[in-house]
This record gives sequence, C-alpha cells and structure tokens, in this order.
Amino acid sequence: MEEGLKFKQQVKHIYRALATFVVLSAVITSTIIYVMTDPTLSLFKKTPLESDYVMSPMEVDDDRIENGIHVRTGLIEAEGLMEVVYNCTNCHSSKLVIQNRMNKENWMATIRWMQETQNLADLGLNEEIIVNYLVSNYPPVKKGRRTLLSSIEWYNLED
Amino acid sequence: MVIFIDHCNYCYTGIRQKIIFLIDIICYSLEYMKRRNFVKKAALASMISLVGIDIVFGSSIPEGYQPLALQDPDPFKLFDLDKGMVVLNDKPWNIEAQAHLLDDKITPNKHMFIRNNGLIPENIDANTWSLTIDGESAQEVKSYSISELKSKFQEYTYHLTLECGGNGRSEFDPPAKGNQWTIGAVSCATWTGVRLKDVLEDVGIKENAVYIGYHAADIHLSLDPKKEPISRGVPMIKALQDETLIAYKMNGADIPLAHGYPLRLVAGGWPASVSGKWLNGISVRNIVHDGTKMTGTAYRVPCNPVGPGEKVKDEEMCIIESMPVKSLITYPKTGATIREGTKLSIRGHAWAGELEVSKMEYSIDFGSSWDDCGIELPSNRLAWQHFSAAISFPKKGYYEVWARATDAQGLSQPMLLPGWNPKGYLNNACHRIAIKVV
Repeated sequence: MEEGLKFKQQVKHIYRALATFVVLSAVITSTIIYVMTDPTLSLFKKTPLESDYVMSPMEVDDDRIENGIHVRTGLIEAEGLMEVVYNCTNCHSSKLVIQNRMNKENWMATIRWMQETQNLADLGLNEEIIVNYLVSNYPPVKKGRRTLLSSIEWYNLED
Repeated sequence: MVIFIDHCNYCYTGIRQKIIFLIDIICYSLEYMKRRNFVKKAALASMISLVGIDIVFGSSIPEGYQPLALQDPDPFKLFDLDKGMVVLNDKPWNIEAQAHLLDDKITPNKHMFIRNNGLIPENIDANTWSLTIDGESAQEVKSYSISELKSKFQEYTYHLTLECGGNGRSEFDPPAKGNQWTIGAVSCATWTGVRLKDVLEDVGIKENAVYIGYHAADIHLSLDPKKEPISRGVPMIKALQDETLIAYKMNGADIPLAHGYPLRLVAGGWPASVSGKWLNGISVRNIVHDGTKMTGTAYRVPCNPVGPGEKVKDEEMCIIESMPVKSLITYPKTGATIREGTKLSIRGHAWAGELEVSKMEYSIDFGSSWDDCGIELPSNRLAWQHFSAAISFPKKGYYEVWARATDAQGLSQPMLLPGWNPKGYLNNACHRIAIKVV
C-alpha cells in the first residue's frame, strides 16, 4: 500500500517536474523566437495595456482620432472622413486638401479637373459624401482685400 | 498594419491564456516580418514601374538602405533645409521660406522654396543623362550629354530671380485652388550653365519657331508614365535671351535633387514653372507650346480684368509672362520690439520680372507718407536688388513697416491685393512687418 502511495507520489512529482519543464521550455522557446523575430522588442515599447487589449492600439493606430483630427492625415473628423481619406490622399497629400478653402461649386470643379487631367476615377456615390465633407469642414474664409498681420511672435531686437 | 491585423485575426479566436498569448506574439511577429518584407519588395517593384527602369543591382541594395522614395520623408533632412522652412504639401513636395530666411543676397539651398508638380525622379545618372532637342521647328533632332554641353558651349553664371507664379496665393478672396503660398516662394540663386540660345543655334531652328517647351524626368502623381506632370515653356524671344540657361550648377555646386539635378532650364523673371527641373528635352515648336500646365487656366490670368470670384472661360485666360514688381523685407523678422529712440535698420530685396526696380520706398504710417530708401543696381539682369534703410519712429507704439518697389516703367506694388484671378497668381501686394517701440 505504502509502496503504491509512494509510487503515486513519485509519479506526481515527475509529472509536476515534467509539466514545469514543458511550460518553462515553451516560455523560453517563445521568448527566444520572439527576440529573434523582433530584436528591438518594439511590441513592448508601447505604453503597457491590459493584456486583453494589447493588440488593439496597433489596430486603431492607422486611423486614430485625436482632438477631432484624424492623426495620420490631419483631416477633421466628420461624416465622410474615411471616404476622403480613401479617395483623396492616394495621389496627393491630405495637406493639399487641408490648405484649400472652397465652396461646393469649386470643390466639384476641382474633382472634375482631376478626373479630366489627373486620372481620378468616377467617385460614384462617394462623390456627394466627399463634397459635403469638404464644404462643411473646409469652406471659404472671408479675407477681404488685405488681412491684419496675425500670429506675430514678439521678440526684443538688440542692435 | 490594418491589413496585417486582419491576416492575424485568426490568432485571437481562442481563450486568452498566457501560452496562447505568447503563441500570438510569435504568430504576430512572423506575420509582421513577412509583411514588412512584402511591403519592401512591393515598393521596390512599384518603384521600378514608377521610374520606368530597373533598379540596377536592386537585389544587392544593402539591407539598411532604402531608396529615396521609400525613405522616411523628413524633408528637412531629405533636402537639407532650414528648420524654419514651411511644408505646404508633402506629395508632391511644396515648401516655402519665410521672409526673414531670405535675408542672404544669394539664396542658399537651405532657404530655397521647392515647388514640385510631380514626384522627384529616382536613380539619376548624370553620366548617361541626355538632353534632346526636337520639335517641328528644329532643323534636326539632336541629343547632348552633359559633358558635351560643357565642352561644346561657353559657360555662363548669373544670379537669377525665380518666383512661383502662385506666390502670395493664400491672400486672395475668394480663395484660389492650389498650394497656399504666402510670401516665401521666391529665390535668387547663382545659376551656372550654357545658354539655351547657343544650343538652339547648334541644332538650328526654323524661321517658323514660335515657342520652346521643356520635357523632364519627373513622374506624374497618378504614376501614369504617359503623363507629364508639367511641360511648360517660353516664346522664342525669352528662349534666346542671354540669361536663359541650361544650368548644371546652382550656387557653385551640382544642382540639388529637389531643384532639378542634373539639368535645369532657368529663365529668370518669369513664373518659376518655366524653369523646368530634371530637364531631358526641349521641343522647338511652331505653335505656342501646348504641354501640361500651358493650357486651360494653369499659369494664366484673365486677359481682361474680372471681379472677385467671376467665372472666366479658358479662352479668355492669357499666359503669364514677366512677373510683376515686388519686394520683401528680410530683416528684421516681423515682431521686433525696439527701445524708443533707437533707429531700426531694415533691409531686403526687390525684383521686377524682366525689368529693373528703379525706386524703393517704405512707410511706417500705412501709406500716408513714403520715404525713399537706397536700392542697389542688380548684379546682372534678372537678379534681385538689395535695399536698406534706417528708420526713426516718432513715439512709442505699434507700427507696421511697409515696403513698396517701383519698376522701370513706373508701376508700383499695390498696398491692397491686386486684381483677383481664378488661380490666385501674381499677388505682388506690399510686404509688411510688425514693429513695437517701447
């Protein structure tokens, strides 16, 4: 009886030792493989997050919105943003959109010009969405015949 | 990255135990590496189609090296620019200076505006580069290597003012479409090369020649190899001027890549878009050149003046030739505060397209009174001219110093915006800086 108990305990010990070994080697192998594939450990340089969500910041990284701005392109977050991102930032930079201010007619004319001369494809149903987005978020600003000097950074001039 | 996550989603369907998480990481890393290599290969492949030529020894490109198009697009490093330069657009590159950065008499590379219509060509080999002269009005089709140009023709060096036709566009109301240049799309560098007229003479031009149009190696934004991003030109009278160069040096060294390495047509005093970069062809035309951005509304203004926002038919738009009279106060930088009783030294440059600047004035009372200030003669025709003054202020307070140049024909810069035009060209309104006397 004692022999059998002892044997069972030994088996348990061996089982535990084996299990520990398997788990440890799995961890070590994984770590080694990981370090080999990502020597800079870039995955862990992000701010620590709950393991359940550890991948999600990578997923939203590309189309992150901060303070109402689509970070990657600098475009204002509003209805139609992604249609503009997908259709209007392939050939040229979003900076060209952002620095311009136009009414509906002129945004439309710009799209037509790009279709006629710049190989822009028919935008289909997205056209209205895009134009509405542009007119609502990048409308013309009244400047008159000369604006005031603005954002002056004052400094002391020593002669 | 999004695409990759989609690929890897299957990794996350199980229970999130630690071991599974580690397997996830392995799976993720392997996928990531595969994807990275894929992207790099794909980018190289698309570059080959984009440049239209194979990348020689593409397979032996060192591990760490990425061709220009794939490099981290920090324009300040890429183009060796001053940190104060303002990036208006990064695809294509459009970068301007600020007034105080243009203080040098000869604009250094780091302060020179960049205006690109397409993508910068890659893998340029100056040794195999050739310039081909052709067109209806050329006696023959003739090609020159750069060394042939250098050995066959006399070399000339000039200081040439290049200003973008749309410099100042940002001020127009209603706004005009395009890069919203403020004041910094102008430069005056030293250009060295051979005269276009000498080369044209060597080829022989027919009597019916009207215009020349340039062709270049830059790449259309749509990557369509059949499209030229820009192909402009000048009438024969401008093409045959002494100062119109086929340049291979800027400021005494090879032309920087962003400014047209290895060859650039340089026609000072006209919209800088006629000074074609990465020049590889010139067509001598028997009509007004009809290349990209010569027709429609590009680099054209209404033949007759129009009201702000008016529609103008294409056929009522006329090609811009000489740029108008203009000036910039390059010292001090706007926003200077000085002590009462001290004099303020100002300086800057003035230019007038084909003409010389004959008078330079400044005002500290919004144009109620103007004071003459000294203006130097240009170092050569089409170079900008330098002015300076020492200004006394009557009492403490806020001032604006306005500068106004007058050209040899008596035309001055307006204080308000000049005539509105659909594309926002030729804004030569007076430049001004803010000063406080305390």
